[in-house]
Amino acid sequence: MKTLGRFGPYGGLFVSELLVPALEALEAAWLDARDDPAFQAELAGLLRDYAGRPTPLYRSGALSDDVGCEVFLKREDLLHGGAHKTNHTLGQGLLAKRMGKQKLIAETGAGQHGVATAMVGALLGLETTVFMGAKDVERQRPNVQRMELFGAKVIPVRSGSQSLKDAINDALRHWTEHVRDTFYVFGTAAGPHPYPTMVRDLQRVIGDEMRVQVLERTGKLPDAVLACVGGGSNAIGAFTAFLDDPTVRLIGVEPGGHGLESGAHGATLSKGRPGVVHGMRSYLLQDDDGQVQEAHSISAGLDYPGVGPQHAWLKDQGRAQYVAIEDGEALDAFAWLARHEGILPALESAHAVAHVRKLRGTLAKDAVVVVNLSGRGDKDLEHAARALRERGER
Amino acid sequence: MTRLDQTFRDLRARGQLAFVPFMVLGDPDYDTSLQILERLCDAGADVLELGIPFSDPPADGPVIQAAGVRALRAGMRVSRCLELVAELHRRRPDVPVSLLTYLNPLEQYGLQRFYRDAAAAGVDGVLVADLPLEEAMPAIEAAREAGVAPVLIASELTPDDRLTLLAALGEGYVYAVARIGITGEQTDLASGLAATFARFKASISLPIVAGFGLSTPDHLRDVFLAGADGAIVGSALVRRLEAALPDRLAVVEAVAELAAELAAAAHAVHAPTGARPC
Repeated sequence: MKTLGRFGPYGGLFVSELLVPALEALEAAWLDARDDPAFQAELAGLLRDYAGRPTPLYRSGALSDDVGCEVFLKREDLLHGGAHKTNHTLGQGLLAKRMGKQKLIAETGAGQHGVATAMVGALLGLETTVFMGAKDVERQRPNVQRMELFGAKVIPVRSGSQSLKDAINDALRHWTEHVRDTFYVFGTAAGPHPYPTMVRDLQRVIGDEMRVQVLERTGKLPDAVLACVGGGSNAIGAFTAFLDDPTVRLIGVEPGGHGLESGAHGATLSKGRPGVVHGMRSYLLQDDDGQVQEAHSISAGLDYPGVGPQHAWLKDQGRAQYVAIEDGEALDAFAWLARHEGILPALESAHAVAHVRKLRGTLAKDAVVVVNLSGRGDKDLEHAARALRERGER
Repeated sequence: MTRLDQTFRDLRARGQLAFVPFMVLGDPDYDTSLQILERLCDAGADVLELGIPFSDPPADGPVIQAAGVRALRAGMRVSRCLELVAELHRRRPDVPVSLLTYLNPLEQYGLQRFYRDAAAAGVDGVLVADLPLEEAMPAIEAAREAGVAPVLIASELTPDDRLTLLAALGEGYVYAVARIGITGEQTDLASGLAATFARFKASISLPIVAGFGLSTPDHLRDVFLAGADGAIVGSALVRRLEAALPDRLAVVEAVAELAAELAAAAHAVHAPTGARPC
């Protein structure tokens, strides 16, 4: 390997020795592609014409009034596929082709990464298999149907907690066995090196665009950038362009589930401690014997007991701040944004919306805040409607 | 000379394959597990490979993962695993024990402390499934300091330069993957095993112990003829255990029965001179 992908003490390459040759080949191919103008041009062309980049930066009047400052939404929900995941699946799909692989595999939680991978598999003519927790298959039906329409095979994972972490285990297993012809399209900026770096490089387009757009619109850098954090791909994508701008507060919003003291949440950075799982050293929800605990969130995409290693390092350095929003608050924000803006955010992104509403009264009137609206909420309709009904709301 | 070295040397002198059964410690519970392990020794196990249960074991197949879940539900912890090994060591002191584990439970227990306690419990070797050479040095150093063999793993995809490193850093034996993939039974052994093992032997003087997917007496004969010094059988034994649940007595008998068959196959192999490529 050229490097071990360390972020301070985090990151690294904690996989079976058997996977190292594959990760080595992946790192070499990525470094080569990243510096190849032809590859970058092909990717940029697809991001523009196929996926619809740049995504708009929208000043939300309702949120600006509510929070009492200038609140913008970075509209990744408008990206083809319905979420930011398309940014890194297009890049990884092109890389798979460049490496001569015929098959794609992916894990998925909310199904957005699975959909984005299946989409790219259809686009590039690569056979696609998606591992998805059986529990998530149930709560994200529309995404399963979309994956199948794109020609992907969806395998429900019944081991462990039947959610994202178990889907990752099964995908890693499958990859170990089929490493010769198969490319593992990792779904977030986590896992073994080079994935955290590669996925960040592919997602940083969010923050790069955001920076230019905010400067154009307001003549200054934002005071704060907010994004939800499960594995952390949309957040690292939004944060990267601002890492060297100390005046820009970076706020990651984790899933507080039923509450941070309830034991039923996915707030890895808020409540976890360093450990090793899924090929990386990072923060981890674990018991005192080092067994990984099951996460809980109303949003399947944040239901993960680990987190990308760069976030762990940003937290330790104090460069980014990580807060938690509970299920009920996220649900409120989901309904509120729908009602006041006609925008249905993904339940994941609704966590970031919920937190910006909590900032009311803490910011100057001319402060500029950007919320990364990482995905749209159509996939959550059934699940959210049921949750709202159970609370006696419509 | 360590117990592992002596075991492999004796078997080699007799022209026999080492039979290395794998079980998860505490599956299905502490007491039954202890009985099973004693019976495996009595059935002719030459080395025991024992797994510390972990919640997220991507290097194991579904059968072993389910075994880990049973053990965790039965209250197994790292400390309990070491107690179980120590108790087994008191009862069957002649059979070397190698542990298979993932890094996180070890680190939470404390890496140095783990290797020290493992050595005290009678453990001869430890393979950490999610530590490739790039990340393995702290564990290898802790193992050596405690007098425990750091066991490393290789497959046909492992290039020669890594084999050389592995030869320099590993001790005890090399866990040689008999096919690419995860642990689990297979019906046909990958072809080219003989060539792979020959390549290993050109770089590594440690015994070659084949694992991943071996389940029948025929598989044992195949890996022996391909040049292996030992064979690890895991999923097939655990599947027997699983099928006999919840009857604890039947579990012990079922596993012991299959182990006896496999041990006989491993030890009956006397290759005609020249048949083995080593």
